Amino acid sequence: MADLTVTVERPPTAVRRPRRALLSLVPALVVGCYLLVAAVGPLLIHYDPVHTSLTDRLLAPGSRTSTGDTAWLGTDGLGRDMLAQIAYGARTAVLIGACTVTLSGLVGVVLGAVAGYFRGAADAVLARIFDVLLAFPAILLAIVIAGAFERSALLVVLALSATGWIGFARVTRGIALSLRERPWVDAARVLGVPGRTILARHVLPFTAGPVVALATLEFALVVLAEAGLSFLGIGLPPSTVSWGQTIAGGKEYLETQWWIATLPGIALSLLIVAIGILGDQLTARYGRGRPGRTPTTHSSARTG
Amino acid sequence: MTRMIVHRLLVGLFVMWGAASLIFLIVRAAPGDPATVLLGPDADHAQIVRLRASLGLDRPLGAQYLSYLGDVCRLDFGESHRLGRPAMDAVLDRLPATVDLTLTATVTAVIVGLTLGMLAGGRPGGLLDRVVSACTIALQSFPTFWTGIMLVLVFALNLRLLPSSGVGTPQHLVLPAVTLAFPFIAIIARLTRTSLVETMSEEYVRTARSKGLTERQVLLGHALRNSLIPVVTVVGVQVGALVGGAVIVENVFAWPGLGSLVVEAVANRDYTVVQGATLLIAGIVVVLNLMADLLVAQLDPRIRTGAV
Repeated sequence: MADLTVTVERPPTAVRRPRRALLSLVPALVVGCYLLVAAVGPLLIHYDPVHTSLTDRLLAPGSRTSTGDTAWLGTDGLGRDMLAQIAYGARTAVLIGACTVTLSGLVGVVLGAVAGYFRGAADAVLARIFDVLLAFPAILLAIVIAGAFERSALLVVLALSATGWIGFARVTRGIALSLRERPWVDAARVLGVPGRTILARHVLPFTAGPVVALATLEFALVVLAEAGLSFLGIGLPPSTVSWGQTIAGGKEYLETQWWIATLPGIALSLLIVAIGILGDQLTARYGRGRPGRTPTTHSSARTG
Repeated sequence: MTRMIVHRLLVGLFVMWGAASLIFLIVRAAPGDPATVLLGPDADHAQIVRLRASLGLDRPLGAQYLSYLGDVCRLDFGESHRLGRPAMDAVLDRLPATVDLTLTATVTAVIVGLTLGMLAGGRPGGLLDRVVSACTIALQSFPTFWTGIMLVLVFALNLRLLPSSGVGTPQHLVLPAVTLAFPFIAIIARLTRTSLVETMSEEYVRTARSKGLTERQVLLGHALRNSLIPVVTVVGVQVGALVGGAVIVENVFAWPGLGSLVVEAVANRDYTVVQGATLLIAGIVVVLNLMADLLVAQLDPRIRTGAV
């Protein structure tokens, strides 16, 4: 089977026009820009979320502020600069997204691999946990958890991870399930390699591609959910700048000062679109896992 | 078929028990004594002790859990001290508004999504296909709370065609329902397209074509039904996400449904209402998932007879 496919596999990717190749880099470039802004922006722009200036309230984009600076994107209802809020908001979104995806990815991959490889009780328990958690809309569970405790960034990460790990666990479980029947895993088992070592050396490496592809898509979902929580006023503490909070704050000035709610939303939407396309590209490339066809049963379950 | 229904019902019951226990756990782990929260900062110690006793908070946790489970079975979540009435009454009052909103959004999403998906899948790689796929990526990615606000900005504040928030007339329903439907239009359209393209390359479709049927007859008579199976499954699975979306959309449009009630209750630590509303939502999701499963079984005889 394998030596038959080798000869017919190549052509579609080999003759690719260079223009296409350049275009397909755009999403990665956009995401890169956001990461750059998140890392460097706060160093270049000074911004104090608690500092308010009454004279600079609700300035239109491009106006001069009382300190003589130009507010390129205007100011909000408390006289805070919009450009700075968007840059600081990027940092918040990227940090919360990265922490949540790392945490839920670790938990999901470990649990999914154990359940898929060892089957038995662990697998049955995991399947029941999926059932229970999926009865709640992800955002609802996050709202209840985030609302029940003291507001903090850590709490938001935990609340979003509460359902975020499910996707990772499902994908990893599917791959582990198909890998345990593979000859090299059988060979290792016959040689007496302990289960934990087989899992780490011969199973987990193959989950890397699909997990990275899924992590990209999960990152987008987490950023959206964090903005949603902050929009509802039960996410990050008010001292942290979040796009969701800025949009919520701009809602009351919508009729006359449209830029307050519009601009952070554009920043957020563009990031999500870019990550979504990047994630689809990665899924098309690595999503199915390298060892032949493995069932990756994740659907893009997007919430608010 | 009956065996499958019974099995799924048992799983559903288990899930509800799990959901009730999870909510109990979260609420009990939350900092702050409910009695102290209810009575406010001015209450003296004796008052707090009395209320704790009347709420049963002085009993061991296991006993509290068992009586909580009993209350859940009787759909009795206790009094909401913030609203001054039984929590379940307040929750059920808000249910119809959420049903209106989600049902309208679902119907809109299914009609528009199926149409777009069939248009795109009819000629994969064509201009229409590329336009639709670009639109679906955008619709799926934009945060609903922001698209809602943008729709208000354009249609309510600038064009003055529709009301910006609240309830009353059918016009009030348009913007919230469209906002909520957007991401689901995208999901359904993408899925219908993929499924249709896959089905159209099946052997039996080639047979139908070689019999001399027109493309229309092939599509409607042979391909459509089979390509709908994954769509129905996903619509069923997405119901949870749809209700989750409603939680946010209701808050944008001041829509008096379950979602805005949950957020108010969470913000005010009104835990009886939080428990009632979240468990009702979980129950609805479980029932709708079950119905989607049954519908898929109806569409696909192989699942119905257990031949797969």
